[in-house]
Amino acid sequence: MATITKDQIEERVTEALVSFGADRDDISRDAKWESIDVDSLDLVELAQIVEEEYGVRMKEEDMKQMPTVGSAIDFVVERTDK
Amino acid sequence: VSRRVAITGLGAVTPLGVGAESLIDGWSTGESGIEDGLGRCRGFDPEEFLTRKETRRADRFTQLALVASREALDQAGWADGPPVDPGRVGCIIGTGIGGIGTIEEQHEALRERGAEAVSPLAVPLLMANAASGVVAMRHGLKGQCYGTVSACAAGAHAIGAGLRMVQHGDAEACIVGGAEAGITPLAQAAFKGMGATSASGVSRPFDARRDGFVMGEGAGALVLERLPDAVARNARIHGELIGYARNTDAHHVVAPHPEGRGAHDCMVLALENAGISTADVSHVNAHGTSTPHNDSAEAAAIRSVFGGDPPPVTSVKGAIGHTVGAAGALEAVAALLTLANGTIPPTANFTSPDPAIELDVVAAPRDLPPGAIVSNSFAFGGHNAVLVFARL
Repeated sequence: MATITKDQIEERVTEALVSFGADRDDISRDAKWESIDVDSLDLVELAQIVEEEYGVRMKEEDMKQMPTVGSAIDFVVERTDK
Repeated sequence: VSRRVAITGLGAVTPLGVGAESLIDGWSTGESGIEDGLGRCRGFDPEEFLTRKETRRADRFTQLALVASREALDQAGWADGPPVDPGRVGCIIGTGIGGIGTIEEQHEALRERGAEAVSPLAVPLLMANAASGVVAMRHGLKGQCYGTVSACAAGAHAIGAGLRMVQHGDAEACIVGGAEAGITPLAQAAFKGMGATSASGVSRPFDARRDGFVMGEGAGALVLERLPDAVARNARIHGELIGYARNTDAHHVVAPHPEGRGAHDCMVLALENAGISTADVSHVNAHGTSTPHNDSAEAAAIRSVFGGDPPPVTSVKGAIGHTVGAAGALEAVAALLTLANGTIPPTANFTSPDPAIELDVVAAPRDLPPGAIVSNSFAFGGHNAVLVFARL
C-alpha cells in the first residue's frame, strides 16, 4: 500500500470539515471545534471517514482528547505511521 | 384575549416552483408541476437558500419546510425575529412520513456496510418532528413546538393546533405548516402496492377517469397571529382563520367512509366553530386526491353538508399531485391566495365529469363569490381536518 503522507491526511480532514459546513478559511491546526461550528455529531462522521479511508479507529474517549483540528490530524497521522 | 387569528405570512415550495406566488400563478394558468407521473420540486436547490451545514443537517422534507417557513416569516416582516417575546411564538409543522429518504439511504448503508456505517446524523434527519424543531431553531422561536403526524391531514392539523394555541393565549403567534419529501423508491412501491397511486400518472381530481393520486412533494407555511396585534402593527393580512374542526372516521385504516360520513361531520363542526352557515360559504378547496374512493366520498360529504346547491369546488392536486403531509398547509396557502385574488383557479385535468360526483367542479378560472372558503383534509388513519378562512 502506498504511504499516506501527513499532508494528504491534513487535506482529507480539512475537506471533510468543509463538507460539514465549516469555512475553509477558518480551519487551522489550532482551531477549536466550536470556533468552526463542528459538533460531536460531525466528529462521529469524521471518525467514520478516517476509519473507512485509513483504517484508524477514533473512539469517543479519543475524541475527548482532541480539542483542535491539529490534534485530530496528529491522532490519525500517528496511527497510520505504524 | 381576542380569539380572532389573522394570517400574516405565507410560504410555499411546490412542484410549480419556489414561492407562494409560483403556486397560485402556475395553478391559475393551468401549468402542471407533474412530470413523468411525479410531482417533484424540480426547481428546488436547497443550497440556493440554506447554508451547507443547514442543508446536510436536514432531510429534504425539512429543507423544504425551512424554505417555505422563511418565506412566510419574511412576508410577516419577521425575518430578523418576531416582534414579541420569542418564548411566546410557537412552531408546529406536520408531515406524513418524515425523513423517509434518509431512512432508506441509511438502511442501505446498514445492509451493505454494517451498523458502524450508519450516519450519526440519521436520527436528527429522519425523525418526523425534525422540521418543526429545525425551523424553530433557525428562527429562534422558543414557544410550543412539535410535529403533527396524521398523514394527508398533518398540515391542516398543524394549522389548527397553532390556531388553538393562539386563541387560548398560550402564544402570541405561531408558525405552522406541513412538509413532505416522500418520492422515494420504498414509498413509491408501498403506495403503488396498496393501489393508491395513479397508473396513468395523471392527477385528475373528481374526473371520471381518475385512477389514483400522483405523488407530490413540497412544503407550505403560514404565520398565525392575534388579529389585534396584526392590525396594530399594520401587517399585511391575508385573511382570518375563522373555523377549525377535526374528527375521525373510525371506519377503516385507509379507506374513507363510502358516504363520507366523517368528512360530513367534520365540515359541519368547522362551520359551527366558525359561527357561519352553509350559505356563507363561497367555495370549497377540496382534498380532491384523484383517487376513486376519496373523491366520491368527499363529493357525497359536500353534497350532504350543502344540500342541493353546493358551492364551487376545486382541487390544487391536479396541478401538483398529492403532497401528503404538506397538502393541508399548501391548500390553506392556496385558499388564502384564492381569497386575495378573488378568482377560483381550475382543477387541472378535469375534463370528463363523473356523473356520480354531482358537484360544481371548477374547470376554468372563475370569480370567487363573496363568502368564506372551506379547506378540507382527509387522511389515511381516518383523520379529518377542516379549516375555514374568510376575508377580514
